[in-house]
This record gives sequence, structure tokens and C-alpha cells, in this order.
Amino acid sequence: MATRRAFLAGLAAATLPRVAWAEIGSPAYLAAGKSGAEFLLHGLTARGESLFRIGLPARGHAAAAHPTAALAVAFARRPGVFALVIDCATGATRHHLTPPAGRQFNGHGAFCADGALLMTSEVVAEGSAGRIGLWETAGFTRIGEWDSHGIGPHDIKRLADGRLVVANGGIQTDPNDRAKLNLDTMRPNLSLLSHDGALLDQVDLPDLRQNSVRHLALTATGVAFAMQWQGDPTLPVPLLGLWTPGQPVKLCPAAEAESLTLKGYAGSIAVSPLDGAIALTSAPAGALMLFAADGTPKATLHRADISGVAASATGFVATDGQGAVWAVTDDRLAPLTRNDTLWDNHLVALR
Amino acid sequence: MRLIAFLTLLATPALADFPETVRDHILPGYVAFATAADGLAATAAKDCSAAAVRPAFNAAFDAWLGVEHVRFGPVEENGIGLAIAFWPDPKGSGAKSQRALLLGDPALLQPAAFAQQSVAARGLTGLERLIYPKADLPGDPCALIRATANDLAVTAHKIDDAWTGGFAQTVLTAGEPGNTTYLTRTEARQVMFTQVIAGLEFLLDQRLGRPLGTSGAPRPERAESVASGRSMTNIRLSLRALRAMVETLTPDVPQTMAGFDLAIARAEALDDPVLAGVAVPEARTRIEDLQKAVLAVRNTAIAELGPELDVGVGFNAADGD
Repeated sequence: MATRRAFLAGLAAATLPRVAWAEIGSPAYLAAGKSGAEFLLHGLTARGESLFRIGLPARGHAAAAHPTAALAVAFARRPGVFALVIDCATGATRHHLTPPAGRQFNGHGAFCADGALLMTSEVVAEGSAGRIGLWETAGFTRIGEWDSHGIGPHDIKRLADGRLVVANGGIQTDPNDRAKLNLDTMRPNLSLLSHDGALLDQVDLPDLRQNSVRHLALTATGVAFAMQWQGDPTLPVPLLGLWTPGQPVKLCPAAEAESLTLKGYAGSIAVSPLDGAIALTSAPAGALMLFAADGTPKATLHRADISGVAASATGFVATDGQGAVWAVTDDRLAPLTRNDTLWDNHLVALR
Repeated sequence: MRLIAFLTLLATPALADFPETVRDHILPGYVAFATAADGLAATAAKDCSAAAVRPAFNAAFDAWLGVEHVRFGPVEENGIGLAIAFWPDPKGSGAKSQRALLLGDPALLQPAAFAQQSVAARGLTGLERLIYPKADLPGDPCALIRATANDLAVTAHKIDDAWTGGFAQTVLTAGEPGNTTYLTRTEARQVMFTQVIAGLEFLLDQRLGRPLGTSGAPRPERAESVASGRSMTNIRLSLRALRAMVETLTPDVPQTMAGFDLAIARAEALDDPVLAGVAVPEARTRIEDLQKAVLAVRNTAIAELGPELDVGVGFNAADGD
């Protein structure tokens, strides 16, 4: 529970004026990265131009953006013991979030629709049992937590109606490094939680238990999910799935000749607002794979170390570890900008 | 006009850099493979008996190993590289598809239809199962041998044509205005470096790692090209091809080259054509020593070749999440 000091600090911070995203140029995306020896968080326009860059104390993983105020929560790489609430107008760190003793952040978070609540994916350090940490956002104090109903939750996404989908990746990790401890017995799942944390629905992958469900993107009826295969890397397995709560999962294999292209690894996922098309990236493969809304494979685009991907007005925008930002339009990659920042795993769309 | 521009680019003076890799390693490698694949198709057309096809098959496989490690560009379009060699195939999907083709409608063996068949059934790995059968085949393989050899030649030319007809230019003009594939010259060096490291890792994890298994559970049956007795040959030729690629990239990586020389010497000294020795303690040690030498080349290349080319292992690819 919040200490008195944290509460007072929160109160002080809460009294600072909050600036809206629109007042700082309405960035379309947030992206973390590295420039020289410096770790940064950038706000990017829809065309990939940097509007601001803010130093981070260490390599970030993903960020969660407040729906209205120009606040970003930058999460450490998992297993992480810090998250920073960054004022994107000034670059100042408004709050340092530290999980309670024995908990670790696991890379992702989500705000509720009005921004009053921040939810963070976390694990109990010993055993990797999943938790969703709850933080009020006036002073960013911890107000509670839910069971994530699985091991090793990673990405979480809030549906439009307020329900929360959790990708419980199923992997138990060593609390001190990222060693995977349970690959023979892992059992990932997708869990649907009510707005007050009750488990409403859950699905798993009985035939593909070593396929860790890790990242999510919202579709018209539920989520598209990206997986990372922990089994024999020479076995072709689907890395994309679609889930409409209340229905069984639909797995979406790649075209036969492309079934090993992503090297069993899907890093980021996004859904296009245009036609519901889905993009998966694999940095190890240097590839971005496109699927139609129903999961039919469409095209594979190649670019070294491509990783971040998010929806854009014309399809997708993607980022790579060489500093380039790309438009993905009509199944082609077209360069938008090149930055001296090497872009990290994820590109986060603001909307 | 384009040809002149192309030749001008090829004439750019430099001792060794990625343009030399394109000009002296990749392009001739694909020409050699296409030529050998043509020879295989012609041989099969004349006489489809296993005895007649085997030498041309081995020549084509040898030529393929000269460029197999080049896994970017035309060869990755629509996963076409897997239609040349599909290994490992732990579920035996290639053999299953071939059985269906041997027993099925001969129309499926027509070029256009055959090109739509499973990549696992096609290519050198498909052909190997037909001309070095482990058991009696369920039907006469002659037509399938010919279709597979033809398809391989078509695929080889498709890749060669795509390189000479545009992709080589794309690599050679890296960093120039209008090049939307390689935004800097460093990116072209990066992709070459990635091929070297990935090629060494394929040797380590697949060609050596699969049959080695663990000392308690060696898996000799998992070696590549056991039926044709090429397992060790593939390792040797692949090491030589990777060394040749590095030689065209830079003259200034003595430790990497020494590492290659040691690994190649160990591979040459091993008289174990199908790596059966993985299950025999003393012989296993020699194969493990080869694996250690290949691992050392990989690590040296990351430490020496990477900085020399001003590139590294991908920022995200090395990270994972």
C-alpha cells in the first residue's frame, strides 16, 4: 500500500498542470530506442518525424500512453523493477513506479478509457505467477492488483467496453535473469478480465503449449495475438491467432513456403484500421508478415531488424533497429524517415 | 543503358567490400548453381535412372552450397529458398507429399502445377529421396525425378535472373538517393555480415547440432543428406563458401580467417561421411571439436568482422522479449 511519503509526493505531482497530447504536436506514436550510449523515448508524427526525445535511465521495452494527458509510462525490459511516468511536454519524470516487494513488471501496461487507472503486467518474482498491478493516476500510487490467471503475463489490451485481455505467456523465468524454467510444462493462455478483475473467459492452445502468447492487438471483435515458439525451431507452427471472446481461438498459419520465415518468433503485432489487416514482425528474421483480417496470409516484407509496428491511416508504420521508420502500404515497405536512434521492440500508437 | 550503369558500378575500385561480395561471390555462385541445375535437368531428361542422375545431383548440390548461405534478396521472395532445399524436415512432410505425387494425377507434375506443390516435396532434398531411396518407392519415380529436376532449374534461373536483372543493382547502389531497400552502405555490409553469422549458426545448430544431439542421446539419423552420403561434404563446402564470402568482404580479419582455416582443416580431417561417429565416443569427440571450431569462428567473426564492417548483430534481433 502507498506510504504517506509516496502519497504526499503523488499529491504534489498531481497538482502540476497536465498538458494534453494536442498541445505538444499530437504525436502519433511513442517509440523507445538507443542513440549512442543513450536510451531514449521519442514521440513520432504519423510520418515518422521525431517531435521530442526524452532520456531514459536504461533500455525500455514498451510504453503506455495516457489517453488524453501527455504522459507516457515507460516500462523497463522484463523482468523490470521500474516504470517511469514521463511528462512528454517537459521531458521530466513525474513518477517512478516500483512494484511491491516480490513483484516485477513484465514489460507492458494499459490505461483505462478515461485515464484514471493504469494497469501493469507483472509477475510474482518467485514462480512467475501473473498479476495485473493497479495504479490510480492522480498521483500514480498503487491501489491493488488482480490475478492475471496465468504464468508470465506480457502484453495486456483493454477492449473498447473496458474488459481487459491478458496474454499470459506461460513462461516461468528466473527472477534474476531471463532464463526460462518451465519450457516442458508451460501452458500459455489468453484471459479476459472484467473491469473489476473477475475472470470472464479463458482459452489456451492445447496442441501448441510451447507457443508463448505474448503480444496483442485489438480487432473488430476481440484480439489478434502474436506468439513465440519455444519448441523445435524446425517445426512450422502458426505465430498468429485470432480470438473473439466466447469463441474458440483461430490459429492462422503462414503460407507453406513461408512457414519458417519468421523463425518461430513474432515480436510485435498491429491491426490496420483500413481493412483489419494484421502485421506481425520478427526481428531475428528481419521480416514483417501481413495477413488479411480473417488470418489469410497476404505478403512477407523483408527488412533487417524490423520490430516495431503500429496501425496508421494507410495501413501500418514500422520501425527497425537501424533507425528507419517505414510506411507499410499496399504490401510494400516505403521509407519515411531515418533517425540516429535505433528503434526498440515496440512502436506504440496514440489514439 | 542499364547494362552500362551496371558495369560501371561493378568497376568501382575497392579491394574488398560488399560490392566485391556481390560481384565475385554471389553472382558467380548463382550462375554456377543455375548451370549445374540445368545439367541435372538435362541428365534426368535423357536418363532418369538413379545411377545416371546421381552425379549431376551431387554437382548441383555442391553448387548450391556455394550460395546456400545467401538468404536475402530473391531467394527469400515467397520462401523460394525452401523449394531448393528443405531440411531439416522433422515431420517427414516432404516424403509424405512425394508419396502423394508418385501415386497421384500425373498432371500435377507439369511445370506450372508442380511449382505449386509443397516446398518440402521439391528441390534437392526431394530429389535425394527419389534417387537414393531408403525403401521401395510406391510408384515409378521417373516422371517425378524429371519434374523435380526441371523445377529446380527453373527456380535456380529465377533467382539468378532476379539478381542480375535488378537486385544486384539494388545492393550495389546502397545508400544512393532513390534506393529504398538499403538506406546506407553500412546496411549492405550489415546484410552480408548477417549471412555469415547465420550461415555459421546453421552449421552449428543444424548440420552439426542435430546429429550430435546430447552425449546421452546422439541422433545420427538426424544428419543432413545421409541417404546420399553427403553430410560431411555439405559441412566442408559450406565452411569454404562462408570463408570465400568473408574474403570478398574485407582483407582485414586475420583471426576470422584463421578460425575458418582451423574449422576447415578439422572438417577435412574427419573421415565420417554421414556423421555416424556422433554415437561413438572417440569419433564423437572429433565432431564436437569441429563444432567448437565453428563456434569459435562465429564468435570471432562477431568480435572482429562486425567492427571491421562497422556493423553488429541486430539491436532487436539480439534482444528478444
